[in-house]
Amino acid sequence: MFYREAGDFKTSYRDDGQTFPIKLDRWGYYAILAVAFLVVPLVIDSYWANAVLVPFLIYAIAALGLNILTGYAGQVSLGTGGFMAVGAYAVYKLMVAFPGVPIVVHIILAGAITAVVGMLFGLPSLRIKGFYLAVATLAAQFFLVWLFNKVPWFYNYSASGQINAPERTILGWAVTGPATSASAKYLICLCFAVGLAWMARNLTRGSVGRKWMAIRDMDIAAEIIGVNPLTAKLSAFAVSSFFVGIAGALLFSVYLGAAEASEAFGINKSFLVLFMIIIGGLGSIFGSFAGAAFLVLLPVLLKNVLVAQFGWPTDLAAHIELMIVGALIVFFLIVEPHGLARLWALTKEKLRLWPFPH
Amino acid sequence: MTQTTITPDGRQIGDVLMDLRNITLRFGGVTAIKDISFDIREGEIRAIIGPNGAGKSSMLNVISGFYVPQEGEIWFKGYRRGPMKPYEVARLGIARTFQNIALFDGMSVLDNIMTGRLNMMKAPIWSQALWWGRAEREEVENREQVEKIIDFLEIQNIRKTPVGRLPYGLKKRVELARALAAEPKILLLDEPMAGMNVEEKEDMCRFILDVNDEFGTTIALIEHDMGVVMDLSDRVVVMDYGRKIGDGTPDEVRNNPEVISAYLGVAHE
Repeated sequence: MFYREAGDFKTSYRDDGQTFPIKLDRWGYYAILAVAFLVVPLVIDSYWANAVLVPFLIYAIAALGLNILTGYAGQVSLGTGGFMAVGAYAVYKLMVAFPGVPIVVHIILAGAITAVVGMLFGLPSLRIKGFYLAVATLAAQFFLVWLFNKVPWFYNYSASGQINAPERTILGWAVTGPATSASAKYLICLCFAVGLAWMARNLTRGSVGRKWMAIRDMDIAAEIIGVNPLTAKLSAFAVSSFFVGIAGALLFSVYLGAAEASEAFGINKSFLVLFMIIIGGLGSIFGSFAGAAFLVLLPVLLKNVLVAQFGWPTDLAAHIELMIVGALIVFFLIVEPHGLARLWALTKEKLRLWPFPH
Repeated sequence: MTQTTITPDGRQIGDVLMDLRNITLRFGGVTAIKDISFDIREGEIRAIIGPNGAGKSSMLNVISGFYVPQEGEIWFKGYRRGPMKPYEVARLGIARTFQNIALFDGMSVLDNIMTGRLNMMKAPIWSQALWWGRAEREEVENREQVEKIIDFLEIQNIRKTPVGRLPYGLKKRVELARALAAEPKILLLDEPMAGMNVEEKEDMCRFILDVNDEFGTTIALIEHDMGVVMDLSDRVVVMDYGRKIGDGTPDEVRNNPEVISAYLGVAHE
């Protein structure tokens, strides 16, 4: 069984344009989905859910969102944490105000609210580019976090200044609140991650995606072929913020349960997600997942190896872990600036020829 | 008042498609284009020539909407065109290529050419997100049109290659393909043969003639290779220091004393 497209003929443009043109890829993808949906929920325990899989899925959604903006449309953003906070506070206000409405609707609405806020902060992108735009989005980050800390209405005047997710259920299963089971947390995040990844893929292969990439690669040429930079950039900000808002809503309601704006959604989050897409690969759906996996899983793995295997003290391990992660980021940027997605693509190209490369 | 002329090689040239009247363009104190008028008729190949710095590219930028002239009127298809953004001009059916290739390096050849058809793809964003209904239908329909152009320009074997990996001559051809994909009324070519060897030039000439012949596209081109210009074009505008010094068929222009002096210099007494 070789990995190649020979003999796998396409007879329509529809088939030629599909996401996984090679049969083996397609089957592999279905197999992974089947395992993720059918096997993992049965065996997952709370350690795996809370330390590994749930944060991985949530950050993958945020990375997808930022990748649409930065990787596909070429607009640098350091406001991811702030936009995640918008999603979190929006879902909190909605959950409290309309307890009867299903939580899924709230999460999607929170994404929509974040999309509007994102478009608002995307307006400077029409005049400024690159580093200057990054600074403008940085302002969004600090302003939004400050807003959620200073205006008590957002946290419903609670004494601690925190927001707490009340219990909400889907078909009788609790998905938020302290009584949530590990598999329920995992499943709701998985559904959102898979659905949003599929939507991101569709958007980026269609005409909207081409507009974004045209603006990214050469904005003057994009304009000359009829791309309106205003709508292209703002739609990128809107879609990106929609994804990031949903990630923020899930992070607060499903994963954390309680949050405080400057702690949960500080500038660290913005950089974390930015590192994810840089390491994973700009302009790649797979890269968003790879980057999220790398930065979520690596610290967990290192902690397990250093503390459990070598028996080092926890604080020493924590410091070493930071150093190793940082060194690995630098290493990756030097060796493969296009990220894990590029490494994966190269591997696939080599595999197509294997075992007869000449 | 319909005027139709038949060229010696049997192509039909119709009415005035674009009329530029008294265009003046200034950058601060510099007058790049000074009171220039000329027209482009339907189906013809119109060349703009002139020494370096004559204002040819500025003229093309005025037509494609990058620069808004301080004075003068642009009439297109019988209507006066107000000041427009480049993307609005593109939607009128005016496509162009650039002197320095302006392709989207991160995308494949196919995707690059597909961007030429963005104005024909109007599926709402939710339809695209779900890849259902109109979005998918449009994608396939436009792909069929793009494949015709790929066949026409003989670039089938590179359709999935990222543009950044292509050699110069092919990039120029892909850029032409992208402009053609928009099914333009007027195609503006800014030095389509710059930096090419003789063979590539011959190919490019063939493609330009074929485009004009098969699709009936009106073409306005800037070119420095006089042999190419004289062979290809039906009428030539000659510019020098922002003024128009000649306008007519290649033969008329070739014998125009002012043109000769602009290119070769004037003999001093």
